[in-house]
Amino acid sequence: MQGTERDLNYKETELCLGLPGGGGGGGGENEVESSPKTTGKRGFSETVDLKLNLQSKEAGMDLNQNLETCSKQTACTKDPSKPPAKAQVLGWPPVRSYRKNIMANQKNSSEECEKAAFVKVSMDGAPYLRKVDLKMYNSYQKLSDALAKMFSSFTMGNYGSQGMIDFMNESKLMDLLNSSDYVPTYEDKDGDWMLVGDVPWEMFVESCKRLRIMKGSEAIGLAPRAMEKCKSRA
Amino acid sequence: MQKKVACSFPDEVLEHVFSFIQSDKDRNAVSMVCKSWYEIERWCRRKIFIGNCYAVSPRMVIRRFPKVRSIELKGKPHFADFNLVPDGWGGYVLPWIAEMAGAYPWLEEIRLKRMVVTDECLELIAKSFKNFKVLVLFSCEGFSTDGLAAIAASCMNLRELDLRDSDVDDLGGHWLSHFPETYTSLVSLNSSCLGSDEVSLSALERLVGRCTNLRTLRLNRAVPLDKIANILGRAPQLVDFGTGTYGADLQSDVFSSLAGAFSSCKELRSLSGFWDVVPAYLPAIYPVCSRLTSLNLSYVTIQSPDLVKLLRHCPSLQRLLVLDYIEDSGLEALSSSCKDLQELRVFPSDPFGEEPNVSLTEQGLVSVCLACPKLQSVLYFCRRMSNVALVTIAQNCPNLTRFRLCIIEPRTADFLTLEPLDVGFGAIVEHCKDLRRLSLSGLLTDRVFEYIGRYAKKLEMLSVAFAGESDLGLHHVLSGCESLRKLEIRDCPFGDKALLANASKLETMRSLWMSSCAVSFGACKLLGQKMPRLNVEVIDESGPPDSRPDSCPVDKLYIYRSVAGPRFDMPPFVWTMDEDSALQVHALHVAEYNRKPDWIGVGTYEESIQGLRAKMPFVLYLAELSNTSQCSSQPLLSGDTTLTPPRPLLRLPIETLESDDKTQRSKEGKYMIKMRYSMNPTICFEIRPISTRSFPGV
Repeated sequence: MQGTERDLNYKETELCLGLPGGGGGGGGENEVESSPKTTGKRGFSETVDLKLNLQSKEAGMDLNQNLETCSKQTACTKDPSKPPAKAQVLGWPPVRSYRKNIMANQKNSSEECEKAAFVKVSMDGAPYLRKVDLKMYNSYQKLSDALAKMFSSFTMGNYGSQGMIDFMNESKLMDLLNSSDYVPTYEDKDGDWMLVGDVPWEMFVESCKRLRIMKGSEAIGLAPRAMEKCKSRA
Repeated sequence: MQKKVACSFPDEVLEHVFSFIQSDKDRNAVSMVCKSWYEIERWCRRKIFIGNCYAVSPRMVIRRFPKVRSIELKGKPHFADFNLVPDGWGGYVLPWIAEMAGAYPWLEEIRLKRMVVTDECLELIAKSFKNFKVLVLFSCEGFSTDGLAAIAASCMNLRELDLRDSDVDDLGGHWLSHFPETYTSLVSLNSSCLGSDEVSLSALERLVGRCTNLRTLRLNRAVPLDKIANILGRAPQLVDFGTGTYGADLQSDVFSSLAGAFSSCKELRSLSGFWDVVPAYLPAIYPVCSRLTSLNLSYVTIQSPDLVKLLRHCPSLQRLLVLDYIEDSGLEALSSSCKDLQELRVFPSDPFGEEPNVSLTEQGLVSVCLACPKLQSVLYFCRRMSNVALVTIAQNCPNLTRFRLCIIEPRTADFLTLEPLDVGFGAIVEHCKDLRRLSLSGLLTDRVFEYIGRYAKKLEMLSVAFAGESDLGLHHVLSGCESLRKLEIRDCPFGDKALLANASKLETMRSLWMSSCAVSFGACKLLGQKMPRLNVEVIDESGPPDSRPDSCPVDKLYIYRSVAGPRFDMPPFVWTMDEDSALQVHALHVAEYNRKPDWIGVGTYEESIQGLRAKMPFVLYLAELSNTSQCSSQPLLSGDTTLTPPRPLLRLPIETLESDDKTQRSKEGKYMIKMRYSMNPTICFEIRPISTRSFPGV
């Protein structure tokens, strides 16, 4: 099934601990050949027994070293030793989103419990859908940043000081639609597709059922409808 | 001259004997006795369980077991339930359905868990399997009620349709009316996950009325309370019933007909549903409570006294799912009423709140464990725990097989001593010798893993979060837990050492998940290079891992054993560490999210071929999406990529694709290449052209 050049020579699969090229312990414990004598290095457990006190420190040091190296690289942003802000830990506690959403929609719930607001996000041309919890953000800008991370070829236009699109200004609107490659749109409770940014953030979270990031040129078709709806609300 | 002792029976006799052997383990053992038993066994194996759909390819399965009637497949890793696996990761069932459509025309049962199922898949099932009986879609997604309508319309012998916890695009209840009036075979229907407000009540009632073998019926929320009596009246033989909404303005006539309907259901043993409960309606179920063995109140947001009142009527209860509104006092009451309890799950009502909103502590669990000796399975969310409590639980419930404790705040210490909870969990694994599944939480050092490695010899699945101090912890688990099949770890300081030192252990397991740990990209590459029977996949949404130094930790890592080799349907944020770990075949996408049959392209033809740096021979076939079981007999392009660049051995001009005018196509020729696994070293691909149609729904 694989290419015919698969080499099943166990010697080849002998592993050394640590990173490639680095030092550290001896051969893997379960290998066919016993290498420690030939290489003169000790097995992992022996190393551990002798250096038990140091082991955790070493691991800690390795971790910090890795992180230092990485922080010099702009692309590497992960810092696993620092726990994220409490409300933001992804996937914790381990409650299934199905259950979170159901609980959020309970009409009986008299408490002000944290309701999740998961909506699907699709982007034209991208072969996969994403889901976001709108409650995780408190402004259009934050949402924009998150979407930009998920769909790397997408950047949203400027949302102005109040964070809303000025729909009354038609030329400004057209500028927005022409300037960005993609604009975010959303389906609201009425089933209409609207441009994101037409209502205050809280209202948007309440009414947004799903998001779709489409080409600016396609979205231009929505603009008049959006303006109409805006006018009727005002 | 060979003695044919083992073959003194004719094949038919052996086959008959084997037909009494149902378990996979036993069947596997049988097939290893000798070649002739292997042959006989494989022809008569009817049921297949594949715990990881990427561990083997459809064709491999079909080649070995040509007469399968029932298949179970699992896709995404378990942590996908908690949004740790980005959408688009994979788990597409279409390649399986497409292959089985041709190979298993008599397939009767398909059970899927955490897989992406499209309407096209459902339509293909409906069309291909004439004797189809069972469809279970557990936590699946990607399909709508249109697909269900196709199943309903075509599968005359359908017995079971179970959509539990799936994410279904519910377009309204009309799909139910696609069951023909002549259809009467339904035994089990679980549509409780459907979210639309619309449901076709008359179609539902008629369906229930004519299916006299119906045993399980779980309704969705849209079915109102006042319809329950009518439905139950048509199905008094039900064993397992899930209500829809269980709340309405209190009306005495509604109440009495409800109570009457419940009391006529003499076989009822299991109840669930109960959304939006109005407590005054709960007594309507009292007539059946004494016989109930299973009760799911996990969506019931009523307070402890009302819950206790109900539970006092259920002395036969074996399985209870409930919210933490039950509180310690309620669990105490439970422990005195329900001595037969085997499974308890307590869910958090306010998981993100900073302060506890209910008085539920470790005491509740302890009181149940002290009083219910048959307890085997526990899932418990709480905010504090102590070693003393865990030791008590361990000593009083040595029969526990599943113990999942979630202390909501990560790294919470023993609230009495402020020490780690190592000793407590150590007692659990030491006393509960049959423990198969364990989830840890709270403040934990490497010591707890030492206990686990030493004692937890039957442990098959371990979930770890925010625990441990060093690689030693991981090493204890990997080197000590002999039965370990699935290990999932998040936010622990485990790095390269333990992983690399125990690399061969990973081949004895189904899978390993590590996210937000400290495994470096270099270690992943090394592992991928040295272990050909492991697929090492790095998930990183911040960009290609090789744009950073090898020492940089990867975001998420998923390692699983496979005889099918690396998969090719990965999204751009998943990288496979293969022999040559510079390979990134993410240019090959399979996008099955689209509900309607459509073709989606991801790059130019030239780009796709460039992306095919798989260093394996390949053949490209032309196929249409709507007809995936067949492809053109003429290969479009084949090449031997061991030579660089790939050299086409046979080429059909691209123009022949463009002449087929099913969709708009530009000269840039956007194509998608889909992987088709094959038995011989050739990898077959299908090129699919794209349309410029927009996403459905707009």
